[in-house]
Amino acid sequence: MSALVEARRLKKYFETPRGLLHAVDDVDLSIGAGETLGVVGESGCGKSTLGRLILRLLEPTGGEILFDGRDILKCKRSEMKAIWKQMQIIFQDPFSSLNPRMTVSEIIAEPMKVARFLPTQNDILERVFELMGIVGLAERFVNTYPHELDGGRRQRIGVARALALNPRFIVCDEPVSALDVSIQAQILNLMMDLQEEMGLTYMFITHDLSVVKHISNNIAVMYLGQCVELSWTDELFENPCHPYTQGLLDAIPSPNLSSRKQLNIMKGEVTSPINPKPGCRFAPRCPKASPGCQEPGIGLKEIRQGHFVSCYLYM
Amino acid sequence: MSENLLEIRDLHVTYRTDDDEIYALNGVDLAVKKGETLGLVGETGAGKTTMALSIMRLLPDRVGFIRQGEIMLEGVNLARATDADMRLLRGNDVSMIFQDPMTSLNPIHTVGRQIAEVLILHNPSASRDEIELKVDEMMETVGIPADRKAEYPHQFSGGMKQRIIIAIALSCNPKLLLADEPTTALDVTIQAQVLNMMGELKEKFGASMILITHDLGVVAQICDSVAIMYAGEIIEAGTAEDIFEGKSHHPYTIGLFGAIPDMTKKTRRLNPIDGLMPDPSTLPPGCRFFERCPSKDGDCGAHRPGMAPVSGTHRIKCRMFAPQPGGMRE
Repeated sequence: MSALVEARRLKKYFETPRGLLHAVDDVDLSIGAGETLGVVGESGCGKSTLGRLILRLLEPTGGEILFDGRDILKCKRSEMKAIWKQMQIIFQDPFSSLNPRMTVSEIIAEPMKVARFLPTQNDILERVFELMGIVGLAERFVNTYPHELDGGRRQRIGVARALALNPRFIVCDEPVSALDVSIQAQILNLMMDLQEEMGLTYMFITHDLSVVKHISNNIAVMYLGQCVELSWTDELFENPCHPYTQGLLDAIPSPNLSSRKQLNIMKGEVTSPINPKPGCRFAPRCPKASPGCQEPGIGLKEIRQGHFVSCYLYM
Repeated sequence: MSENLLEIRDLHVTYRTDDDEIYALNGVDLAVKKGETLGLVGETGAGKTTMALSIMRLLPDRVGFIRQGEIMLEGVNLARATDADMRLLRGNDVSMIFQDPMTSLNPIHTVGRQIAEVLILHNPSASRDEIELKVDEMMETVGIPADRKAEYPHQFSGGMKQRIIIAIALSCNPKLLLADEPTTALDVTIQAQVLNMMGELKEKFGASMILITHDLGVVAQICDSVAIMYAGEIIEAGTAEDIFEGKSHHPYTIGLFGAIPDMTKKTRRLNPIDGLMPDPSTLPPGCRFFERCPSKDGDCGAHRPGMAPVSGTHRIKCRMFAPQPGGMRE
């Protein structure tokens, strides 16, 4: 399948009083049409920044983003408006990402009004009801305000709003992490059904490895702004190669007693992304670190078809 | 068998609002043995935190009320204890770790002073040097160099802040530790570190612990026994083996497990529980899970099931497992 979204050597640095913060550093990725790329990592690894860069909601410091083969960083604002109709985002927190002073129908209709998607008010309202049906919101909620609804229903509004303009690509930034497990499962099923019916392409950002395994075709593991491992889902879980991925998988508590063990616990904490030293950024915490890890130029290397690792052990 | 440290009998707690009475806990029975870790599992609004706040007697003043029931901690009924008694008990006998390490520390005091505060309150006769020595010791115990005690909370990462909160909670050797979602706000690798440390410290200090969480994975890793809550009731309780390996379960427990994506096998779709938890101001008359239950029958909506034993330690609150009038049992 051809790639719908591609990023090449994508960079985003933020200036801070203490130096240059490398939020996203030389990330390459590609997402095939109709597929889901899962992006996993701990807080501060740059996964949300990456999602916003891909949508060009943030201006990258360097690199290229291709959407449907076109370099969107070279597009003018007027051209971007047409492209933005095809890419949307679902946010993490359904409590703060919905305007508390707008009703459900106003929230869902807003993108259509901004993009002048439909000619008349009636067409828009009809589309609002259609979308509410698609995401499983009862029609009686059309004039309620977000605070009257629970988290699961609120996140359904977020999904309906993202679908309003018939996008092809949706960045899902931790869409279920604020929800209870039973509600989380309802939303995940909804998102997978929608993908099948509408051929949507997702970039699914999360810190929850069991969720990402469930929904993704490919997974990128990020650490301090860099992609350290990229592979198709089954391969990543059966044969994780980067020591960070291995540690991350070991750290997940799984709900059965047979896995009760002295967990192989990763030591230390994430180091600062400000002015990072050359070489592998995981080296200070890595159980397999060697002097070679300080060398610059460790990058993603294909160790098996479709499985890339960025680690000195495989250079 | 070791004796019970904490015994809760028929606890009812309500919250009063302007127009409603919210039934947060409806007849909870629970026992925690000495040295045991009990996992209290449930979704948002099930009453887990209300339970912890009742034991600590920290329910919001003039809003939350213990209507009925006993909370016996080594023969003392906490539900009837005076405020002065509670001040002595809190921190000393029972202490609590709150969910969010970002907001439960005071941003304008150094962490050393915050650990010292508990120690000074409970050891009024101790000298300044003794307190400082104990602060250093507690910080080292949770794995933070003691020379950082003059720093402020914002200078620490989330995982380290949670360690400091644990140091505060443990500093007076409590018999019972209530941990309300202690790792929910942390990343998995840090969560593993903190859970591991809590397990070790619990052993070292010989305390019992109630771990409140919605994550069944965390429960499987460190709990000895488990109680599952739904709409202010405990609907299933037993040892970790009963809950994770037993054959019979409450339909809600089955639903909870079905909703977790399984890391070991490939499923196309999850099996969530349809619907939502009932509104705690107007609870249904019969089984609280009735509306969402896939295995209900006509009578479930009318009769409140009682807690029935399925095996020695395993109890379930569901009519499927209740002894039938004719001596029949399913």
